[in-house]
Order: sequence, then structure tokens, then C-alpha cells
Amino acid sequence: MAPGGEPPVLREPAQPPVQRRGRGWHGVLPPLAVLAVVVAVIYPVSYSLPPRQRFQLPPPHEVIRVSFLDAGNRRDLVAALGLSAQVALTGLLIAMLIGFVLAVLMSQARWAERSLFPYAVILQSIPILALVPLIAVWLDYGFRARVTVCVLIALFPIIANTLFGLKSAEAGQHDLFTLHGASRWTRLIKLQLPAAMPAAFAGLRIAAGLAVVGAVVGDFFFRQGQPGIGILIDVYRARLQGELLFGAAGMAALLGVAVFWAFGLLNDRVVGRWHDSGRPDRT
Amino acid sequence: MATVMAPRQLVTPSPLASLRFSGVAKTFPDGTQALRDVSFDVAPGDFVTVVGPSGCGKSTLLRIASGLTSATAGAVSVPARRIGYVFQDATLLPWRTVQRNVELLGELHGVPRRERVAAAKAAIDLVGLTGFERHLPRALSGGMRMRTSLARSLSLEPDLFLFDEPFGALDEITRERLNDELLRLFEAKRFAALFITHSVSEAVFLSTRVLVMSGRPGRIVADHRVPFGYPREPALRFTPQFAALSGEISMALRTGHS
Repeated sequence: MAPGGEPPVLREPAQPPVQRRGRGWHGVLPPLAVLAVVVAVIYPVSYSLPPRQRFQLPPPHEVIRVSFLDAGNRRDLVAALGLSAQVALTGLLIAMLIGFVLAVLMSQARWAERSLFPYAVILQSIPILALVPLIAVWLDYGFRARVTVCVLIALFPIIANTLFGLKSAEAGQHDLFTLHGASRWTRLIKLQLPAAMPAAFAGLRIAAGLAVVGAVVGDFFFRQGQPGIGILIDVYRARLQGELLFGAAGMAALLGVAVFWAFGLLNDRVVGRWHDSGRPDRT
Repeated sequence: MATVMAPRQLVTPSPLASLRFSGVAKTFPDGTQALRDVSFDVAPGDFVTVVGPSGCGKSTLLRIASGLTSATAGAVSVPARRIGYVFQDATLLPWRTVQRNVELLGELHGVPRRERVAAAKAAIDLVGLTGFERHLPRALSGGMRMRTSLARSLSLEPDLFLFDEPFGALDEITRERLNDELLRLFEAKRFAALFITHSVSEAVFLSTRVLVMSGRPGRIVADHRVPFGYPREPALRFTPQFAALSGEISMALRTGHS
């Protein structure tokens, strides 16, 4: 094309824009400030309690000392965390596989969506605690039962979000594929699946948090076998060990945050390049 | 290269037409009549533009020509072997770079990798986006996205180009610049084109022929030959002859509309 009529923007050095990564201190400072405020509030409240009732809200340094500086307690907590993490991650992985396959199936055939989606909704609506005893009866109290709880609780957001994503490609893009004779498979691989990624990741992040909840809840309910975080919490509660109770809750929270963060990072890597999700610092 | 064709009724194609509509009508299942008795030819090397009020069935016309929709009456013949379709939106895949977006149609038609990479490069050159191959659509302006979309269609070397108000969403200056560049492509490649727009000046500036459509149900109410030769300079827009023809077509539009 003749150069005369081209807009000046075309003359700029043609390198893809460099993406600024890492928010540095700006991202970490505000939550740290909130933490400082919370700790500052806990201390006076904690010390205003009579010493015998201080287990209700132990001062933060005591939580750290008893839970994490004491070798025995730390070993218990870390082992329990490891077991719960294993349960949550296995459950999440299985939910991911099942959810993905079901969502793809539903996106390709209306009859599949019509006949299956209502059950996904029902599954989501049943309080998980109503199912846990049944699962215990069917699968015993071990690893399998706990993983099953995680799968059941994590499945719906994966199905719903992935299905939404698979349907999110624009009509014009579908027309383009139709015009050029794309097969159903080509359309799925080259259009629908890539378009579904941001929503699928949003679903995975929600599911990841739920899987951790599922691991702790299942554990708490089964109260048998190797102790995960849930069993420890129950034990500490019975013994009124406030410091350890807080320590265990903190560990469970940490696990949830870690999984959430890991999927956010993965989201950034896979779709952050072209999609705004996971990049709140970009305009 | 594969042909884009959907099942449709065929009349005996004139060797001269790239596209022929004979008595085409379209009624939607809900009873809305979009087109009525539409007949016209697009010959190779012809740039035919359809202007009409919004909602008159212009886009339906194009969807029928491309085979995305079928006519309810009449016959459509598309002897053209390769059809390019430029949509209202750029319809780029946001996860693909400019280069990979332009390669998409080659992929869909099973063009070997090396060939389609080269074809994409050439098409990107043609629309003046050289150097932007590795950019993602989000980093491009609206005009540059439309160029990418144009390059994507060009990569298949179409002999019939269908344009569905491709520059409607762009600002006046960008639109005129892309009109100039589209004409340069037309002069170089001499494809047959069917262009839909609601801008009379765009229609006159680009075309060899301007068809005027009435309001719904769309019929062709006027058929103007544009007497200007190619190449056309941007300054053509400011000549009295241009103004006169534009005025005549605008009048036809008004009459057809009321």
C-alpha cells in the first residue's frame, strides 16, 4: 500500500508492547496495613479477657509460639495440612476432568445440556453436609470418601463457568468458521476452547477454594483415619486449645489462598496476554 | 483452494457473473419479509455497492450471497470460486496475533503451513500492517483491526469479496483512509466486490455501480452506474460531479424509504 495515506501510528517501532509485571510493594502494602490494624485490635481485647478465658482470642504471638515454634505441634499441623492438601488437590483435579468433559459435551449437544445441567444445579443446591454421611456409608471413611466430598463440592462452578465460556464466542466468529467450512471439532479446538479459557479459569479458582473447604469439612465429619486439618480442629476445640485452633484455621486459610493464588498465576500465564482477567493493574 | 459454498439453487451461470441474484426473496420464520424480488449481477471486476436505510435487509442480502442463510424464493448463483467475507466487526480471535489471525482461513482450508504463513505475510504487507505481525488485537486501533480482518480475507486471494458495512464503526477520517486503501487493493487485484453500506459518499467513491434499496421489505429501487474511472484520488470526493451523483442517490434513497 502506498505510504502516503498511512496514519502516523504505523511508523512507530513495531515491537509488541512490553507488559509490566509485578506490582511490587504497591500490591503488598495495603493488605499488610489491614493486618497490622487487626493485630492491634486483637491485643487489647485478648488481654482484657480473664486469663482462663483467653483461649477464646489468644494474642497472636502466643498463637505463633504454640502452633509453629513448638516442634511437636508444628509436626502435627504440617502433617495434617499435607493430608488435607492432598485430598483437596486430588478432588480438584478429578472435578476438573469431569467438569471439563461434561461442559464440552453440553456445549456440543443440546440434549446433553438439557438432560444434565439440571442435575448439576441440584448437586450444587444440596447442602454438602447432607451428602457426607451417605458418602461415608458407601465409601468408608478413608481417602476416597474425602476426595469424593471435594469433587462434589468443586464440580458445579467448573461445569457452569466452562460451559458459559464455551458459549462466549461471538456470533460473527462462528459465522466466519461456518463460512470456511470448519468442522465441529475444528470449531471446538480453534474457537470455543480458547474463548472458554478465561471463564474456565474463573471457575477453577472458585472450585479451588471450595475443594479446600470440602477437604476440611469431610475430615471434620469423618473423624477417623489419618488426621487432616478438620480432625485437628475438632480435637483442639474439645481441649479448648485456642492457640492451636487459630493456628489450624490459619493453616487451612493458607492452603485455600495458596491454591487460589496458584490458579491466578496460571490464568495470567495462559490468558493474561489477551484477556483482562487476572490483570487488575491494567487499564 | 477450497470453495465456500452452501447448498443453494443454481441458475445457469453466465460466464461473466461472479454473483447473480434472480428474483430473490427472504421471509424469516416469524413472518418478517426482509427481501422482495431482488435481482442483480456482479461481474468480475465490478465493485457493486448496496445502500439502503438500516434494517432494510442489506446484511441479509450478503448472508444469502455467502450461503450463511438461504433465500426463500428465487435463485442465487455464485460461480466465484473463492469468497472473502468482511464482517461489520473485525471478528478477530483475541488470543491470536495479527499474523496468526490472518493465517486462520488458510488453516481452515487446509493450506500447508509454509504456504499460508507466506500468504499471510503478503496480505499483511498489502494492508500496511508490516511490523505488527506479533501484536495482539487488543494492542491495535479499530482501523488496524479492520485492516487485519481485510488481510485475513485477502490471504485466500478471493475472486469475490463481500463487505458487510466493514467501516461503519470507524471515525470519518479512518473510514476515508481505509476507502482509499481498499480502492488500491481493488485496482491491484480486480476482484469482484459486493459492498454494503449506509453511507452514500462511501458508495459513490468506491463503486462501479450503486444499487439503492428501499426500506423493509428490501427491493432494489435504483441502479446507478458510477462514471468515474480508476484510480480514484481522494480529492474526487470534492468534485461537483461526485456531489451531483451523491445527491441523486440520496434522493433515490429518500424516495425508496418513504
